[in-house]
Amino acid sequence: MTNQKNPKFFTKKVASLGDFLFKNLAAVMAASALALLLIIGYELASGSGSVIRTFGADFFVGTQWVPNEGREIYGALPYLLGTIASSGLALLFGVPLSIGIAVFLVEMSPRALRVPISYLVELLAAVPSVIYGLWGLFVFRFILVDYIEKPLNTYFGWIPIFGGPTPIGLDLFTASVVLAIMIIPTVASVTKEVVAAVPNSIREGAYSIGATKWEVIRHWVLSYGRSGIFGAVILGLGRAVGETMAVAMLIGNAQGAAAIPTSLFAPSQTMASLIANGFLEAAPGSLQISAYIGVGLILLIMSLSINLGARVMVTKVLKVKGGAVE
Amino acid sequence: MTETQQKPIQPDPQAKMQSINLDVWFGQKQVLKSINLSVKPNTVTAIIGPSGCGKSTFIRTLNRMHELVPNAKLNGQVLLDGEDIYAKNVDPVMIRRRVGMVFQKPNPFPTMSIYDNVAAGLKLTGAKKGEDLDDIVKKSLIQASLWEEVKDDLKKPGTSISGGQQQRLCIARAVALRPEVILMDEPCSALDPIATAKIEKLVIELKQNYTVIIVTHNMQQASRVSDFTAFMYLGDLVEYGRTKDIFESPKSKLTEQYITGEFS
Repeated sequence: MTNQKNPKFFTKKVASLGDFLFKNLAAVMAASALALLLIIGYELASGSGSVIRTFGADFFVGTQWVPNEGREIYGALPYLLGTIASSGLALLFGVPLSIGIAVFLVEMSPRALRVPISYLVELLAAVPSVIYGLWGLFVFRFILVDYIEKPLNTYFGWIPIFGGPTPIGLDLFTASVVLAIMIIPTVASVTKEVVAAVPNSIREGAYSIGATKWEVIRHWVLSYGRSGIFGAVILGLGRAVGETMAVAMLIGNAQGAAAIPTSLFAPSQTMASLIANGFLEAAPGSLQISAYIGVGLILLIMSLSINLGARVMVTKVLKVKGGAVE
Repeated sequence: MTETQQKPIQPDPQAKMQSINLDVWFGQKQVLKSINLSVKPNTVTAIIGPSGCGKSTFIRTLNRMHELVPNAKLNGQVLLDGEDIYAKNVDPVMIRRRVGMVFQKPNPFPTMSIYDNVAAGLKLTGAKKGEDLDDIVKKSLIQASLWEEVKDDLKKPGTSISGGQQQRLCIARAVALRPEVILMDEPCSALDPIATAKIEKLVIELKQNYTVIIVTHNMQQASRVSDFTAFMYLGDLVEYGRTKDIFESPKSKLTEQYITGEFS
């Protein structure tokens, strides 16, 4: 080992300068990611200052949205509720499907199918949001209207969530179903990793006491992976909360109290779609701009905390091997 | 061809389990070659042989666990009480309830309590929570000589106890289903000498109620616990007989070399 100690090599100025530059450059690049996040957070906070000063707590709990100069009122609550409703519904529709895909890929599909299907599922994530929006607007919406929305509205319209005037498909339901499709790649691929990380010895133990394949999956595989699957669901939620373009095209662009989700088949609005649909109409420096930025701030906080929580959970689970997962 | 053809093997009416001309392939590779072995009830049969000789695969064919390996193929018969467990109408789930298994590495279910680990198999058959279940769990833990050590911790996770205790928990889990045969695949290979001694004592006790087939790497263990020993080499059953005979006067040169440690 001692023969490697070549003092000349270590004192070479070029080498140490290169090291110095590279090390610091890398550190600056790494820090810039954090700095960007902080700058965005700061800009949103300072930009929303005037609307929060003007309306105080009413900005967060108010339901009016009147951009007309002179009698402006901005309340973000309907869009917060719209975001919760649409992403909640997206999970409701998308998660069972995603778990089904993941379990099929790991536990059942023949090897030859596993890789191509995994790729196809992940490719769904590569479809641009606006394409989902276009497809939803011109194709899928009419299928939903004819086969689900109209029948439910006609026969079960007395139940509030199916009520309202004859649906045209630009509503909470269409947006949520398309969102569900958009979160499938995220939820399914993380769930697939989680299911694949369940040790084989657990499956063998379960088979050895006479469990059927279905019982092994239900009582052992999904139960062992439950916190990882929960993390996958939260990741999907993060995607659904922040998703903008497709939702903006499909949710019906309601404003103010009308955007509060009451019926599946009525137009609504999420925080993201509100900003996308209205931002261009606001004059620079106006209170209206500040209101949009304020909604953006709420959205960022919500989305960051969901993603952070999910990352923590997923990494924790994938690191634990063989031990108990509570 | 006719020269090499053997006399067809007849089912042995005295056998608890018997394999007849059993061949197994994993893909293109043949891992078991025409194994004929008959195991008597209420005995301990040890299967010894060097790594890769097919001994683990062999006991996994006795409760159809090898079917979990993709592209495993089997030819021949395995009889349990004279009935072929590979017959068309036989459900492997039913076979596994009659032929229990304990694995190389203790694998208690980490998401379940000690109690639920033992009760899991019974709950699959529809047993309800209650005194009967409590009773079977207790009896099974007693049979696995674990009851005294865990009776106050039944609610704790199955993985919260030591490795040796975990392995006895796995034995209790197998015993709870009242199987007829218990297969053990090197049950002590992950355990320390004290835990090993406890399991060996347990194996000898278990044969009062069950037929035990144990794969082991450890020849002293085979001679201590078993009544019969089978020596396998490269997928062949080389020699099979009373343990005493195998260890004191092996017929085959290969068996003798293995037992005296000339290869392993």
